[in-house]
Amino acid sequence: MTVPVITLLGTTALLFDAPGETDLPTQQRIWALALEAETWPEVREAVPGMNNLMLAFARAPRNLDALEARLHQAWEAAAPLPLDGRLIELPVTYGGDGGPHMADVITHTGLGIDDIVALHTAPEYPVFALGSHPGYCYLGGMDLRISTPRRKVPVLSIPGGAVSIGGAQTGVSASSGPSGWNTIGTTAMVFFDPARDPPALLRPGDAIRFRAERVIR
Amino acid sequence: MIEILSDTALATVQDLGRTGALNWGVGTSGAMDPLALAAGNLLLGNPAGAAAIEIQVFPFLVRFTEPCAFALTGADCAARLDDRPLLPWWSGAATAGQTLRLGLPTGTTWRASRAYLCVAGGIDVPDVLGSRSTQLRGAFGGHEGRALRQGDHLRTGTAAARITGFGAMPPALALPLERGGLPAIRVLPSAEYARYTAASRAAFWAEPWRITPQSDRYGYRLAGPTLTPEAPIELRSHGIVPGVIQVPHGGQPIVQMRDAQPSGGYPKIGTIIEADLWRLGQAPIGSRFHFIETDWTSALAARDANEAWLAGLDRLAGLHRMRSAAR
Repeated sequence: MTVPVITLLGTTALLFDAPGETDLPTQQRIWALALEAETWPEVREAVPGMNNLMLAFARAPRNLDALEARLHQAWEAAAPLPLDGRLIELPVTYGGDGGPHMADVITHTGLGIDDIVALHTAPEYPVFALGSHPGYCYLGGMDLRISTPRRKVPVLSIPGGAVSIGGAQTGVSASSGPSGWNTIGTTAMVFFDPARDPPALLRPGDAIRFRAERVIR
Repeated sequence: MIEILSDTALATVQDLGRTGALNWGVGTSGAMDPLALAAGNLLLGNPAGAAAIEIQVFPFLVRFTEPCAFALTGADCAARLDDRPLLPWWSGAATAGQTLRLGLPTGTTWRASRAYLCVAGGIDVPDVLGSRSTQLRGAFGGHEGRALRQGDHLRTGTAAARITGFGAMPPALALPLERGGLPAIRVLPSAEYARYTAASRAAFWAEPWRITPQSDRYGYRLAGPTLTPEAPIELRSHGIVPGVIQVPHGGQPIVQMRDAQPSGGYPKIGTIIEADLWRLGQAPIGSRFHFIETDWTSALAARDANEAWLAGLDRLAGLHRMRSAAR
């Protein structure tokens, strides 16, 4: 994929997918594009994903071509927008009952649990976007050696604090709910409080580091 | 006040949904049948998006602790106010102490699975992040962020006297859509549609889909032909909306419904158009339906038809109230 792809989510939204490998400079351009697009009258919300952007329509426009052309132009003009943030450290218990899919990651990657933990705790993961459920963060920067495909059938409920891998991404669930990702560990942290302003603990530009508090082999 | 007498779970306070919080990871929630919720409110002279009770497990009983004008829409539940039978899609008035009972949805006229109890002034719960809808995953919004329980007391909004005793034709009859004797639901192909085998794409439109018991406000897991991509698809997480039809690796699709998360990464074969999402929201577990392909122009025409139907209902309800008030 060398050019952005724009596709529809029914009449509710459209999806803009940036070309190239997933990286932080591209995400910084997505943040810039989101800031501009959310001022357009057709757009109710501009929602960054992983190197992509969803525009939820205020009201689905009759003429999509004009909006798509404007989006392409704005992307060409968008310069990376670095966002200052904080670094948050999360202590994690890897494996055991709190990491029920560690065995699947071991099988898929061919690595041992200690290697997986070492690779998972090494990077500072920039928060690319929030999504999935209240307070949940999509993180960049995972080592591709521990990539593991999403599960064939989603799990009906994983608990809050579950640390998991889905494809080339990793994350921590902020509350219990269904998930198609592989849970490898668990942590305790409150990511969301609707009474707080803003309600989410983390925002794009912040970063997370995982620390291995315990590894259950 | 309304007191919940049933101990059956899964009834929630909903409005037309929460917008503006997607960037905190907060999905929209809202009524599974927004047409029914809006219609019930318009019958009462409420704003279309006032909060109401969505009921999906029956029988369901409430007691009005004070006089209250109400409207029942959605599924025809052979409702009774004390011993008096009520018409479906109708507005009525309860006196203090009366009990409203909703029975099992009947399938005699149209099949539906969710009922809406709207009250004059709306259900008075706090606005949280722009909506009164229950956010079950986040445990906020609605009544204490959870499904209603026996013994809960809900306040109603300003209860000015309302003229009641009239109703509306349900949209299942006014805006029917069928194919081959089964309900039909219009879909716009999504990003990964072309990456499925020709046989899978053909089967997606041609074969009926059954709603499995693993279906709820979060999503409907469907059973039907296996959908197979030309090559395995692994995507970067991106925003999604209610109505997106995802295909996990197992090949059986999941339709994201109103409590859906606002992002995901499974391949998307299509998205149900916003105007038809209520049809699936009312389809009972175990029932079958067809997807039919549509285009942008037709999808907007469907939206216009829904809006025209609601505007007509609003106008008629307003005229009826004026005429009754003048008598």
